[in-house]
Amino acid sequence: MSPRRRFSVVGRSVDKLDGPALVSGAPVFCEDNLPAGCLWARILTSPHAHARILSIDSSRAEALEGVHAVLHHGNVPRVMRTTAGQGAPEPSPYDFTTFDDKVRFVGDRVAAVAAETAELARRALELIKVEYQVLEPVLDPQRALEAGAPVVHDEPDARVVIPVPYEPQRNLAAHVDMAVGDVEAGLAEAELVFEHRYDCHYAQHVPIEPHCALAEPQPDGRLRITTSTQVPFHVRRIVAQALGEPVGRLHVVKPRIGGGFGAKQEVLIEDVVAWLARRSGRPVYLRLNRREEFLSRTRHPMTVRLRTGVKRDGTLTAVDLDILSNTGAYGSHGLTVACNCGSKVLPLYRWPHIRFNADVVYTNLPVAGAYRGYGATQAAFAMEIQMDEMARAIGMDPVDFRRLNHIRRGETSPVFAALGEGGEGTPQSIGSIGLDRCLTLGARAIGWRRRLRRGRGYLRRGRGMACLMQGSSIPQVDMGSASIKMNDDGSFNLLVGATDLGTGSDTILAQIAAETLGVEVGAVQVFSSDTDLTPFDVGAYASSTTYLSGEAVRRAAADVARQIRRVAAALLDCRPAQVKLAAGRAHGPGGKSVELERVACYSLYERDQVQIAAFASHTTKKSPPPFSAHFAEVEVDTQTGQVRVLRYVAAVDCGTAINPKQATGQIEGAVVNGLSYALCEEYLFDERGRMRNDSLREYKIFSARDIPEIETILVPSYEATGPYGAKSVSEICINGPLPVLSNAIYDAVGVRLRRAPYTPERVLEALDAQGAGE
Amino acid sequence: MKLSFELNGRPVEWEVEPAQSLLELLRQRGLKSVKWGCGQGDCGSCTVLVDGQTMRSCLLLAAQVQGRSVTTAEGLAAGGRLHPLQQSFLEAGAVQCGYCTPGMLLAAKSLLDEIPQPDADQVAEALDGNLCRCTGYKKIIEAVLLAAGGQST
Repeated sequence: MSPRRRFSVVGRSVDKLDGPALVSGAPVFCEDNLPAGCLWARILTSPHAHARILSIDSSRAEALEGVHAVLHHGNVPRVMRTTAGQGAPEPSPYDFTTFDDKVRFVGDRVAAVAAETAELARRALELIKVEYQVLEPVLDPQRALEAGAPVVHDEPDARVVIPVPYEPQRNLAAHVDMAVGDVEAGLAEAELVFEHRYDCHYAQHVPIEPHCALAEPQPDGRLRITTSTQVPFHVRRIVAQALGEPVGRLHVVKPRIGGGFGAKQEVLIEDVVAWLARRSGRPVYLRLNRREEFLSRTRHPMTVRLRTGVKRDGTLTAVDLDILSNTGAYGSHGLTVACNCGSKVLPLYRWPHIRFNADVVYTNLPVAGAYRGYGATQAAFAMEIQMDEMARAIGMDPVDFRRLNHIRRGETSPVFAALGEGGEGTPQSIGSIGLDRCLTLGARAIGWRRRLRRGRGYLRRGRGMACLMQGSSIPQVDMGSASIKMNDDGSFNLLVGATDLGTGSDTILAQIAAETLGVEVGAVQVFSSDTDLTPFDVGAYASSTTYLSGEAVRRAAADVARQIRRVAAALLDCRPAQVKLAAGRAHGPGGKSVELERVACYSLYERDQVQIAAFASHTTKKSPPPFSAHFAEVEVDTQTGQVRVLRYVAAVDCGTAINPKQATGQIEGAVVNGLSYALCEEYLFDERGRMRNDSLREYKIFSARDIPEIETILVPSYEATGPYGAKSVSEICINGPLPVLSNAIYDAVGVRLRRAPYTPERVLEALDAQGAGE
Repeated sequence: MKLSFELNGRPVEWEVEPAQSLLELLRQRGLKSVKWGCGQGDCGSCTVLVDGQTMRSCLLLAAQVQGRSVTTAEGLAAGGRLHPLQQSFLEAGAVQCGYCTPGMLLAAKSLLDEIPQPDADQVAEALDGNLCRCTGYKKIIEAVLLAAGGQST
């Protein structure tokens, strides 16, 4: 069914273009290129979860030799805005200013210092005297909505800039709901109704390079900011807003960046270095330490209540999905992550009656934000466990149950139209779906139909599975653009605003250009993410780069190809339509051909001189979902509660995989991050809201010895609206492990874990409860 | 104080602050492959080899390498050619953001110098102190096995 075209560069596992520099340890990251005379910044953070700052005395810090600037709410203008790196006007509330006279979580920003050395900056922080009026904190999201709860945002200037519900006086940072049909009637039609509560938890992205940024005043009065960001153009706009300067005064550059996963879709520290550089007139660098990184941005912890109805023949009758999301002290991404809980999970199955409700609440806990998966992780956790439960209750195999109910090619879901980024969405029908084949191949790989040796004694084995979808870009919101020009030697410069955060998008975009131009990838020089030099792109988020920015690149390249054919036609004495571009040459009729170098030189130096170049922008009306089926086999130690994942299979339909090696790398990375989240990552707080395990020693993430045997299966489909049939691949697979492992644990030992992570303590507790019930 | 040691095969004699960490010294002297990831010895991105053994340069005082031999990722390529491990990391797709890569390469080199033909478990054990958040480790382990296979032929 898919137009299987033969590609020459697309579909090949070419090596990453930045690979040689990275394996050589070349100085390509932000901190590797600090200028002479660069000051180091440090931030003073709040020791209290909720307090008003009664006074700040920074005179002793300012007097310290080598200190060049001290900032706090008393000397930096108040400009309410969001830190969320989203398109303007942002759907996140304006509840943040660079420095405020109130602190709202342990780790909130109080003051900042720039000094000759990091050590001096640290000493200066100790000299700042802050007098706090400690307020009662609200640490429980349920309690936050109750009458009389402490109000996290009582400032009168907190507001939203798009028309969405916002009631900070009752700690409601966002609300969204939608309904299709009549859920109660649908549930009444069901033969079995299920209703459960699921809880998932705080987690940090743990990019190995923490947030870091450098601001340098330029001789012409402009400010250059080099920052480890996923969203350079949003950084430019939001820092301009914070400084009260025109966007044109700022120049934002993204070097190589050491991982982001959503944490760096946040304009979190650039305002601080910008202000310090403006005040001191010196270059200023700031890098968060690991403790601060844990308190930078996190995943929204959620309580998910899910009601579903099913008939004994496997027909789904209704779904009622209710979300309580904890956004912490600020509402960054609160609304849109909540929307994604519905829009990236509910369309997967054919529900005739749907209700979705989400409340996003402020608490005095660390701030949530964008994290790979972006709400789909939390909602799929509940949905895919309950799907397993329904299948078992009606005696149907979980794979067959999903096969019976999942959305098909050509079908639509009312959810697409009803639910978008804060309001209504964009209707779309499914143009490509390889989920059936994902189910078939995934089941085969894990041995789903084979009988499992369950083990004897205290070690018990089980298997579980889940189906997933995500999106590819935000329709009618996201925009990517590219420009390409041809050089004397037949090589090309590709300039993109798109942001490679280690994901390999520079390479992917070069492959798309090379395919279109009929050249090897080495003939395309990529330059990306520089707000002065490259065209606009919203940045690396919402699984958009390959699908959206990639199509902008393809269009620009197609325009360049047309221009090449026109020039080559003159050289080959034929019509432009007769010219084909392949293998670095322009081929005319009768076996005649000419090198691209000749075409370029002819155009640049000889006749009808013109720079062969083109520019293209792209937006989309669709967000075609990638689909995936995940399977795992686990072993549960019933004496210790330890869960060991023995095998994990992820079969993924990402449309055409532009670079299969990189696509499987995205899948493996997402799966392992998801496994780590499901089994061991967890924030521990004391009774005053302080994170107790804020180091990598105490906050365990998976290391090399923890990984199971992982099998990745790419299941090609062809998405006609994407470049060469591509959809997205980077986020979807992080959503699998939470439900898959819960289902596998149930299969092994008969207990349902609806609260993550599945630590030995929690598994034992569940086993004990089961034992007590027997 | 004066510090003399061998850095990537060449003798160096540098003035250092007594309390300076090896990580700080190396980066100050332009060896930027050595990365700051946590400053607490937990993540492995500052890994260097000291007399062939992996060490966390953030926890080591510079003065502690007096008279010893230090290898960083800058010292892996020779004669303009990438080290087989660097080559295999590229081929296997073991590099995503690349921030952990120098430390991973050195941990792998230390293993292969000791055990030229390790199995996957030995590789995973050798890399266990080096955190990576991008790759899920699978391709890194494959890269080390690939380099080991390549070396044997």
